Amino acid sequence: MRTVIIASEELNPLVPHTAEIIVGFIAFSLLYLVLRKAVVPKFEKAFTDRTHAIQGGIERAEQAQLEAQRALAQYNEQLSSAREEAQTLREEARVQGAAIVDELRAKAQEEATRITAAAHASIEAERQQAVTSLRNEVGALAVELASKIVGEALEDQARQSRIVDRFLDDLEKSK
Amino acid sequence: MLASVRSATEGDGFVPPGTKDFDLPPIIEGVEWFTKPVLLVMVSVVLISVFFVLSARKAAVVPSKFQFAGESIYGFVRNDLAKDIIGHEFMRFVPYLFTLFVFILTNNIFGIVPFLQFPTMSHVAFPYVLAALSFFVFHYVGVRKHGVIKYIKDIAFMPGVPKPVYILLTPIELATFFLVRPLTLSLRLFANMFAGHLLLLVFILGGEYMLNDSLLIMKLFAPFSFLFGIALTFFEFMVQCLQAYIFTLLTALYIAGALADEH
Repeated sequence: MRTVIIASEELNPLVPHTAEIIVGFIAFSLLYLVLRKAVVPKFEKAFTDRTHAIQGGIERAEQAQLEAQRALAQYNEQLSSAREEAQTLREEARVQGAAIVDELRAKAQEEATRITAAAHASIEAERQQAVTSLRNEVGALAVELASKIVGEALEDQARQSRIVDRFLDDLEKSK
Repeated sequence: MLASVRSATEGDGFVPPGTKDFDLPPIIEGVEWFTKPVLLVMVSVVLISVFFVLSARKAAVVPSKFQFAGESIYGFVRNDLAKDIIGHEFMRFVPYLFTLFVFILTNNIFGIVPFLQFPTMSHVAFPYVLAALSFFVFHYVGVRKHGVIKYIKDIAFMPGVPKPVYILLTPIELATFFLVRPLTLSLRLFANMFAGHLLLLVFILGGEYMLNDSLLIMKLFAPFSFLFGIALTFFEFMVQCLQAYIFTLLTALYIAGALADEH
């Protein structure tokens, strides 16, 4: 049987076996269906996912960079405004300080003036008082002295005080 | 008859391998259709399916080595063959081209896999089936795109050619599209696998014969025959990959041609 097949078919390798055509067709179709159904969509999914992942990653990185730049700009702005503010504050403080010093100095001056005036006034009053009491005392003493020297001649009160006053006025003039 | 001749002459002289070596007996006695190439085709379908289904199962964004291996082959057919040649409509044809490539490649490589060692495509029925499918696919695509009349007219009467030239051109074009293409597609694959297998047989059976010869000089030269057989195995591997590539490439080109506005 086999030799017959060999003898009849080996003559032309270009003549296909019917069974092989059928098997080949079925096998290929089966493989096609399996690959189309279970393999191609999966690989395509993996490819798209990967593309998305890479694109998403790049986009995220770009976004982060933009955000960082914005934050940096913001910080710089804040920093410069803070510096400005500090500058303003310093300036204000200096002005205020100067004002305070001036004010204090004026107050002190005033106080000094006031104290000086009060001192002057009290000195004047005391002097006045001293002059008055001195005049009285000196008058009395002088009269007493004179009466002792001159005797009763000068007992007249009115005369006495006129003489004393005149004496004292002369004294003050000569001074 | 020849088989008996061979057995009778064994030991007397070298019988070179020939077409008879491609006629393999049924694996199970009595089931005439179930021969080695038939078994190999079935094995190839199972192997390819298991490999790619497992490889593609997770479809992870960061692929494992196994997924990457499957993806690389798929990506090669998808991008380098389908996308580059067919253009924007390529996705429709990727499953077919992919199946074609891995099916032919696997069955070709069976030719040098130890113990299997038979290229399925050296049985002409399989290339015929594949060429017929490709033939059907690209004509179907062309007819769907342009309509039967315009499609045939474009093939038979190529636009932009002076009228008298049609006397020569029309038969050539018709023959090219309906006869030469499917024939060359199938016969190229078949002949390469057939010849390659025959070549390996010559050197390996020849070496075996020389080793068994009584003459010492023959025994001494036997290793060279084996060595050449091994070198040719590497060469065969290249041819097997190349033929799978060419078959798929040409199918893609024919599809692209059928889709184009002018043939």
